[in-house]
Amino acid sequence: MTSAELSQTGRYPAGSLAFPHRGLLGLAGLAPHELLFLLDEAEQWVELNRQPQKRADRLAGLTIINAFFENSTRTLLSFEIAGKRLGADVVNMAVAQSSVKKGETLIDTAMTLNAMRADAIVIRHGSSGAVRLIADKVDCPVLNAGDGQHEHPTQGLLDALTIRQALFDKRKGEFNGLIVTICGDILHSRVARSNIHCLTTLGAEVRVCAPPALMPAGIEQMKVTPYHDFDKALAGADVVMMLRLQQERMEGQFIPSPREYRHLYGLTLHRLALAKPDALVMHPGPMNRGVEIDSNVADLAGRSMITRQVEMGVAMRMACLEVLTRKARGVEGWA
Amino acid sequence: MSVAPTLVIANGLLVLPEGTPAKGAVRIENGRIAAVGDSVDTDGARVIDAKGAVVAPGLVDLGVFAIDKPAFHFGGITRAALMPDQGPPLDRPSTVRYASRSGKPDLWVHPLGAATRGLEGGELAEIAMMRDAGAKAVATGRRWIADSGTMLRLLRYCAMLDLVVVSHAEDQALVGNAVATAGEMATRLGLPSAPAEAEALAIARDVALAEMSGARLHLRQVTTAAGLALVRAAKTRGVAVTAGVSPAHFMLSDIAVADFRTFARLSPPLRSEADRQAVRAALADGTIDVVTSGHDPRGPEDKRLPFADAEPGMAGAETLLPLTLSLVRDEVIDLGRAFRLLATNPAALLGVDAGALRAGAEADVAVIDPERPWIVDSNKMAAAAGNTPFDRQPVQGRVLALFKGGMPVGSHSLGA
Repeated sequence: MTSAELSQTGRYPAGSLAFPHRGLLGLAGLAPHELLFLLDEAEQWVELNRQPQKRADRLAGLTIINAFFENSTRTLLSFEIAGKRLGADVVNMAVAQSSVKKGETLIDTAMTLNAMRADAIVIRHGSSGAVRLIADKVDCPVLNAGDGQHEHPTQGLLDALTIRQALFDKRKGEFNGLIVTICGDILHSRVARSNIHCLTTLGAEVRVCAPPALMPAGIEQMKVTPYHDFDKALAGADVVMMLRLQQERMEGQFIPSPREYRHLYGLTLHRLALAKPDALVMHPGPMNRGVEIDSNVADLAGRSMITRQVEMGVAMRMACLEVLTRKARGVEGWA
Repeated sequence: MSVAPTLVIANGLLVLPEGTPAKGAVRIENGRIAAVGDSVDTDGARVIDAKGAVVAPGLVDLGVFAIDKPAFHFGGITRAALMPDQGPPLDRPSTVRYASRSGKPDLWVHPLGAATRGLEGGELAEIAMMRDAGAKAVATGRRWIADSGTMLRLLRYCAMLDLVVVSHAEDQALVGNAVATAGEMATRLGLPSAPAEAEALAIARDVALAEMSGARLHLRQVTTAAGLALVRAAKTRGVAVTAGVSPAHFMLSDIAVADFRTFARLSPPLRSEADRQAVRAALADGTIDVVTSGHDPRGPEDKRLPFADAEPGMAGAETLLPLTLSLVRDEVIDLGRAFRLLATNPAALLGVDAGALRAGAEADVAVIDPERPWIVDSNKMAAAAGNTPFDRQPVQGRVLALFKGGMPVGSHSLGA
């Protein structure tokens, strides 16, 4: 059975009950079958994206606005390609964070976007909860492309998709018993939070590893095991997910120096040997090579999933856009 | 100006400064309480039948951020101690004098002078001159004074002037830009957070300096088990320290900030459930002396924002009384203690002749139905803005009539 065939096995309800949400603001609280539904939907787009002719027309005539209130190159590009491959008209709106920081402007911006009758809005914002605030003010589906230190749901999904595909021969899409070690700046990371929600909901065992200053309080309440010792956190791991040091979000000194950080938490070939022999290496990018991850690990053929994550990102975002616009497009069972 | 009528509020349940509430009447003449007791002369007086309702001193709200008369009158508040965090700050005699006159005659405002110029925590303000202009205490504002040397000089100076220093107990270096208490909720929401211990750290230092200087220290809000333990121990040693809290901290835990509800963004932030229980225990055992509304009405421009960008504070004047009365129904405190927390103790701290039904005192009197149910509605509040975390919550306890200096104030069902 291939992963594409898995989706035919009827493990989620029919029609819109498979994903009965207006938008995608986070992965917290989503049911396992809702996550699996989105992952399964992405498989067709992985296939399409590998064809020379990459164009589908399902979203033809729809307008998607990418409203990015925080600088982004990769995620914005990924959403833009996803929308265009589905045939939608994609408009990017990059707003300097500073000019929109004051509140009424944010609500006003939301109202403005709404008045332009977008069919979906993709939003990134530097403040936790900001995307939800906007979503409450607009009529169309909203996708969270990262809000502050809260969630980055499509990243969580694309990471799960990457893992599922890479380990499919061994695990047949099963997440139960999978050990995933997430190491780095957990405190400031929305990627970590979305990955924790996604992977624990799907049944994986998640370990988080960081120095005390970068470990958020009460993290163990999110069904993960916290570690300070990277070597211990790595022991027997199936997947090692490294996070970027987000120095731009740090107020005060959280670590003595990047060099010292690497000494304790850098993923070297030597350290990677502590994980399972064929453990996967992941990183949401952009990487600080030589700090949290060594180049020879990042480029490890067959085990580094870093460029695969980027590839899955486009497919995952296509799936999210396609599913969330089904109601508006009058798809049978969804309208 | 009209002359206050001679009134007798009869057939009430009187909340007296000492002992348990007793049936009786209050006679008001020339704006003052003429007599209190079970047999009061009704000659020449208009008699108001309280029909068994509670007759209590008007509330004295120690530490509000705005003068919002309709909300105060709705809530039975006749005197409000105004925090110096105004624009401009109350850091000079002229602004203090202006503030002290801003509510008269139907609401008395007792300004709290800024402890330091511009509330910046550096240079001391002209405290003696502000006192003589009407400041009833000095306050550090929404911030702690981080410099221990400055705080010690402030406390020594205020000890000499016999003024209470009202401090905001949160260690600033630990708090930084935090908007929530460190813990599961802040972690799930990805909000900048600080450990609850930031409060105990601040209190430990403030208490040590108060003990050294002999000053009277009032901690406007003590919201954690560790902070309350320090206050309790200091009181046992005989340190002149008192503590306050607002109803949000004995009613809500940080679960209320779920969904990024900015109406629950407060300063200090909401704490864990264990800390909430500690606050209730401290209300019961006498560690906490004052319950304040911290009234701070904030419109959408301050609140309809991402959580971390929103201003802290809640409109609390209207819910102060019913939420405190919920402690009586839950048998945390008795009715007499409820009004010591709401009126008698804050009046004593400020050194004003109010907060008790006592012959000779200013006739600030509230007639209250402690059982009357109503539902908080943020869209229909008397306050300048409806930023309450208690929206849609059913509460009990409503003011039926309110008198300031013997004159009926507010729009209440009885006595006007």
